[in-house]
Formats: sequence, structure tokens, C-alpha cells
Amino acid sequence: MTDATTEMAPYAFVRRETLEQQPAPLSVAGPLAWVRQHLLSSPLNIALTLVCLYLVVDSVPGLIRFYFLDAVWTGTSRDACLADKVGRPVGACWAYIADRFQYFIYGSYPISQRWRVNIVFVMFALGVVWLLWTSAPKKKLGIFFFFVLLPISAYVLLLGGPGAERFLGFCLTVTLALAALYVVLSFVPQLVRFYIGEAAVGVVQQLPIWKRFFGPKQLVLFALAIFVFLSLLANSPGLPRVDTGLWGGMTVTFLIAAVGIVFSLPLGVVLALGRRSRLPIIQLLSVIFIEFVRGVPLITVLFMANTMLPLFVPQEYSPDRLLRPLVGVALFAAAYMAEVVRGGLQAMPKGQYEGAMSLGLGYWSMMRLIILPQALRIVIPGIVNTFIGLFKDTTLVTIVGIFDFLRTIEATLVDPTWATPTTRATGYAFAAVFYFLCCWGMSRYSIAVEKRLAAGQKR
Amino acid sequence: MSTTSAEIKPGKASLLYDPKIRGYVYQFALLAVVGFLIWSAASNAIENLRAQKIASGFGFWHNAAGFDVNQKLIPFSASGSTYGQAFWVGLLNTLLVASIGIVLSTFLGFFVGVARLSSNWIVSKLAMIYVEVIRNLPLLLQLFFWYNAVLKPLPNPRQSIELPAGFLLNNRGLYVPDPQFGPGGNLIIWALLIGLVATFVFRFWARKQQAATGKQYPIGLVAFGLIIVLPLLVYFATGRPITFVYPELAGFNLRGGIQIFPEFVALLVGLTTYTAGFIAEVVRAGILAVSKGQTEAANALGLRAGPTLKLVVIPQAMRVIIPPLTSNYLNLTKNSSLAVAIGYPDLVQVFTGTVLNQTGQAVEVVAITMAVYLTISLVTSFFMNIYNKRMALVER
Repeated sequence: MTDATTEMAPYAFVRRETLEQQPAPLSVAGPLAWVRQHLLSSPLNIALTLVCLYLVVDSVPGLIRFYFLDAVWTGTSRDACLADKVGRPVGACWAYIADRFQYFIYGSYPISQRWRVNIVFVMFALGVVWLLWTSAPKKKLGIFFFFVLLPISAYVLLLGGPGAERFLGFCLTVTLALAALYVVLSFVPQLVRFYIGEAAVGVVQQLPIWKRFFGPKQLVLFALAIFVFLSLLANSPGLPRVDTGLWGGMTVTFLIAAVGIVFSLPLGVVLALGRRSRLPIIQLLSVIFIEFVRGVPLITVLFMANTMLPLFVPQEYSPDRLLRPLVGVALFAAAYMAEVVRGGLQAMPKGQYEGAMSLGLGYWSMMRLIILPQALRIVIPGIVNTFIGLFKDTTLVTIVGIFDFLRTIEATLVDPTWATPTTRATGYAFAAVFYFLCCWGMSRYSIAVEKRLAAGQKR
Repeated sequence: MSTTSAEIKPGKASLLYDPKIRGYVYQFALLAVVGFLIWSAASNAIENLRAQKIASGFGFWHNAAGFDVNQKLIPFSASGSTYGQAFWVGLLNTLLVASIGIVLSTFLGFFVGVARLSSNWIVSKLAMIYVEVIRNLPLLLQLFFWYNAVLKPLPNPRQSIELPAGFLLNNRGLYVPDPQFGPGGNLIIWALLIGLVATFVFRFWARKQQAATGKQYPIGLVAFGLIIVLPLLVYFATGRPITFVYPELAGFNLRGGIQIFPEFVALLVGLTTYTAGFIAEVVRAGILAVSKGQTEAANALGLRAGPTLKLVVIPQAMRVIIPPLTSNYLNLTKNSSLAVAIGYPDLVQVFTGTVLNQTGQAVEVVAITMAVYLTISLVTSFFMNIYNKRMALVER
């Protein structure tokens, strides 16, 4: 090139100024090219595009008109949603949802006692956010809160009555005793020396008294705070017993889902460890349980819990009607959780086990400190996926007669107060939105976690 | 050797810290706990059953059932049929809906999965919306939707919706023309069977020939000829012996044709669309798992798009697809038990529902139901594992 320019210098045309940048030709960039490339690249694609466009144009405007434009938003009875009474075409009857909203949330839970459910909801939301929000402080406290304190408080608050209050009193006594023990230990220097060893005593004694009360003790303190709060509630407004037959709606759906996750995760971990154990009988029993439960439909497990559980225990301890499916769901979820956790355990390199052993750790310390934290972190997406499945499966308790969210909707559909041609479509749409938001939110969360965990692998 | 090991051998640890002894103790303790649980459950059950005056054992199997089932593949009637026959009716109905559902959901799932990877923007977005919506809604809600919101509000038989080819749709189900075989009609069935067998034999032979000589034979064309053209030829040769009885209105109901009950249609549609959403994701993941280099290598060898897909991408994708596909088939079979919610007479509805209610023999009935599903699961995964082993990558 340089040769050419020097040789033919007198004749060469050299542009002195820079040209304005030109837009890319229409055929490779811009909306037109995008349409050509993504919608009309071949005869087959053109046909597919036309079919899909027809589908969209055929369905979407109708749906929008039905659910939003023609919908009825206010009203007190079916008359508001009948086309001949209103005098215009009527779409979805959202007035019915608004009217029955309380029922969908609480079921038949007594109206004067619904504040108790609300407190549990708030605690549940707090626990979920605490655990799922990655940069939330004091994760250990959060785990303790979600897996120990929340179930106890939910039991006491939702059920109430003398039995629950006795249980609360027992928990309060235990935590008070523990707290007292810790207080004594942190105030008596000699005992401290005995308790944490010679070397740390100087450090501890330097600390102010209120800071010595720290470490695992904050769990006790936190538990104490919660239990005192509950006892105050139990004493001033009172917690009369609300039978489980009155519970219903989203409360029950969330309850079953929460019980499922709270019990299935630890049980699943134990089962997964059992399945990978080198002790043949423990391994065999774990395999039998996991494969047996995974091989049958949840419905049969629920039927078993519903009809056989009362047979298996003495008549006087016959389990509550709501408790039976809870047991079934928890056992069912545990088997699935065990397989997820097993995947995580198998993904651990052998070096991690060997490293732990070379430090002289025993089996349980090795699992608790080295293996499980890593294995569980790998399978968080799997755990969330199992949980999504569990959440969808909670609807099956409908079949054994529990008033979960879907059942409350079904129940209102046969109620003549709101019997209109569009009630059913509205009710199902509402249920669909509820379940979709919950499951979709969880799946987005699991994808985000997966991306964050994979960040270390990306180069 | 023995002397050195004897020298290094450490001093014997206390029995308390011997891992072997500890293992035995743990296992024994677990066995004792499990044994005690089973024993106490059994003795409680015997006690409770005696208190409720419920007989135990399988004597109820031969008792008269006294209820009727609308859809049955074997003869069954309220008078004269036993609980044992009710079990078979339910089991066959479960297998029927599961097998048809598996076939249909495989086709739909592969279609949607491929559509999600389409370069056509609107096709892939629609497939994505389908997958997201279907997978994030409970199956039970979808079944209620299909049964209560779509099939129930259909017009009554007098105002049936007429579909092409003489199909009628109304709130009592789907009515299909009933084929009647005249003289010689059996020959067509035989021709079809012979065609199928011959196709398999030819395919086997052609594969062997290709492995030995490298020569390819037109398997697809021969299969078309044997399976479709041959029965058609026989059909015309024997003088068109198949006639159809079309459903027609008689009084307030339809007469003639085969009635497919709305419960069956709802369950089949629900199971198929639901499982297809999951299969679509399995297929997409499988195809994405084949590295792009494989396609590029095939192109570099001069293969065109069709053979590349058929010979290079799909065989490798199948390795990734088959194991999760199997579990989706099993899930579909297990999910068919939701039939109980909309009243399709499957195993759970007939046996665990009606028979359990009538006899009260919860232990036996639930145990049999679970054993059936367990057997189906184990048998399916056994065969799929054999297939999987044949397809799996053999590393050298």
C-alpha cells in the first residue's frame, strides 16, 4: 500500500478530512433488519411467525378486555356482575375477589383473632427475608429464628388455648434457665477461666460486662425476647384456642409449605448422610425410605397419613386432622430433599473429606464444619426447586379435605351469593396469579443464586 | 511384612473409640428404634381395627363391589363385580391415561423445547411464556381449569359443537366415530402388524449392513411403504371394509360413536400440557449441552443442516435428555393420581377412594395402591436404565 501511494503520488487522491460516520445499511442493522432476521428469515419462519401472530392477536385483546376493560371492580353481590343487570358486557368479576379476600387469606379463622395470624405472617416474612437476602446480618441468628423460634411461635399463636400456653411456659422456663446460666458464667471470672480456657480470660475480662454476654448466648437472648413478647400477648389480649378445622386459605397454604421446608431440610440432610454412610444397615434403611417415598404419588402418601396415621397411634393421641397431611407432606419433601443434598455431597471433592480428616476431625465435626456448609451452598438452587414443587403440591391437601387456598376458592365458587357466569374464570385467574407470583419469584431467586455461585467459575 | 506391620501397630484403643464397634452400636440402635416403631404401629393398628370392628386381611377382594364406574376397559357392573375387579378397572384406566399422556407430552414437549431455541423471536418467546406459565402453576389448579372452566360449560348434547371428521363435543364428553369392521377388516390389522414387524426387521438388517459395508438404505421410505401404504392397499383390495358409525342425536342424548368422558379429556389435556412444559426444558437443556464445536465440525465435514441435526446433535443430546425424561414420565404416571380431584376413575379414585370408603380397610388398600405405583416406578426406571446404558457415552 505504501509503495503504491509513493509511486503514484501525483495521481493519488487522498482524502484529508474524516468522513461522517454512516449508519449501518438497513439490511444488517435497525428494526427492519431485526424483523427480517428474527421473524422472516425463511419461508418456514414466515409461516411460523404468521401462525404465532394469529395466536397472539386472537387471544391477547380478548383476555385484556375480559380481565380489565370489561371487568367489574366494585359491588356487594352477584347483581353487580350480571350482564343483564349492569346493561353492558361483563368480564371478570373482581368485586367477588375483593368481597371474599379476607376469606381467601384466613379461611374461617375467627375475625377477632386474626391479628394472631397477621403476627405470624409478619414473623414469617421477616424470617424469609432474613434468610434469603444475601447481605442480611447475623445469618446464624436468622436460621435459628426460622427453624426453631418461628415454628414454636406459630404453634402458640395460631392454635392458642391452655396446651399451647403450657408449652410456651415450658419454653420460657428453659430459655430463662439457660440465660441465667450464661449470666452467672459471664459474671464469675473463675468460672469464665474454667469455661473458656486460660488464654482468653484476659480478653474477656477486658470487655464490658454486657459484651461478655455474647456468642451463642445471643440465640438464647433472642429466644427470650420472642417468648416474653408471646407471653405478654397471651396474658393481655389472651389467646383462646382456635381449632384447626377453622383454619384456611393462604394461612394454611403457607403453613403447610413452611412446615414442609422446616422439617424436610434437616430430615433430608440426615437421610442423605445415611444414604452415603458406610454402615450397611443405616444405608439400607435410608435407601428404602427415599426410594419408597419417591416412587409413590403424594396423593397416596396423603391418603396414608389421613387414614393410617390415626390407626398407628393409640386412640387417645389420634392426630389432628390438619396435622396428618403436615406429616405426610414433610416426609414426602424430605425424600426429595435428601436426593438434592446427596447431589451436593457427591459434588464435594474427596480432598475436602481428606483435609478434614487430616485435621483430626471426627465424622460429625467434619460434616458440620467442612462438608455440609459447602455442599448445601452448592445445592441452594436445587433446594429452592424442591421447595417450588412442594409449594405447588400443597394444593393436594384439598383432596383430603383441608381448606387451603385453592379449596377456599373452590368453596366460594359454589356459593350462590356470587354465582355468575364469570365467577369461575375470575377465581381461577386469581389463584393462578397467586401461585404464579410465589413460584416465579422463587425460581427467579434460585436463578440469581445460581449466577452468584457460578461467579467463581467464570473466567 | 508381617513383622513390620506388627511393629508399627499402635496400641489398642479403647473399645469406646473403635470405629467398627461404634458402627455396630449405631446400627443396632437404629434397628431397635425402627423395629420398635413398626411393632408399636402394628400393635396399635390391630387394637384400633378391633375396636372399630374392621376386618383385616384381603378377604374383601372377592366381596361384591356394589358401585358402578363410568369408564371401564374390562366388563364391570354394580351387580356381580367384586372389589378385585374394581382394582383392575382402576389400574387399567391409570395405565391408559398415563401411556397416552406420555406419548402426547413427549411430542408436545419436544416441539416446545425446540421452539424455545428457534431463531424466530416470536416463536421462542411464546414457547418461553408457555413453559413459565405451565411450570409455575399447580397441576391441580390446571386440572380444575380444564375440567370446571373449559369442559363443564360446554353446551348440552342437543347443541353439540361439531368438529371435523364427525367428532362432536359437548358437556358429556367427546364423541368419536366408531369404526366397524366388515368382512376382511381383520386383514387390515394384520397388514399393519406385519408392516410394523417387517419395518423393525429391515431397520435391524440395514443397520448391520451399514456397520459392515458402509452402505446406507432408505429406512424411512421402506417404513412408510410397509406401515402406511401396505394397509391402505389391503383396505382397498378387500373392498373398503371399515365403516364408521357416526354419533347422532337421539332424544336428549347422542347415540352411536365412542364417548370419551370429559374427566378423561380434562385429565389427559392437563397432564399432557403440564408434563410437556417440563419435557420442553429437558429437551432445551439437552440440545444446549451439545457443544457448538460439534455442529461446526459436522459442517466442516460437509454435512448439511438436516444430517448434522440427525447424526451429530440429537444422538448426543439424547444422552443428556433421557435420564430426566424418564423421571418426567414417572412424574406423569404418579400425577395421574390427581384424577381423584375431577372424578376420573383411575386407581386412586376407584380403589383408594371408593373401595377404601366402603370397606374401611385402610392398611390393605393403601398398601396395595402404593405397591402398584412403586412397581410401575421401579419397572420403568429399570427399562430406562438399560436404554440409558446403551446410549451412554463409552469412554475409552
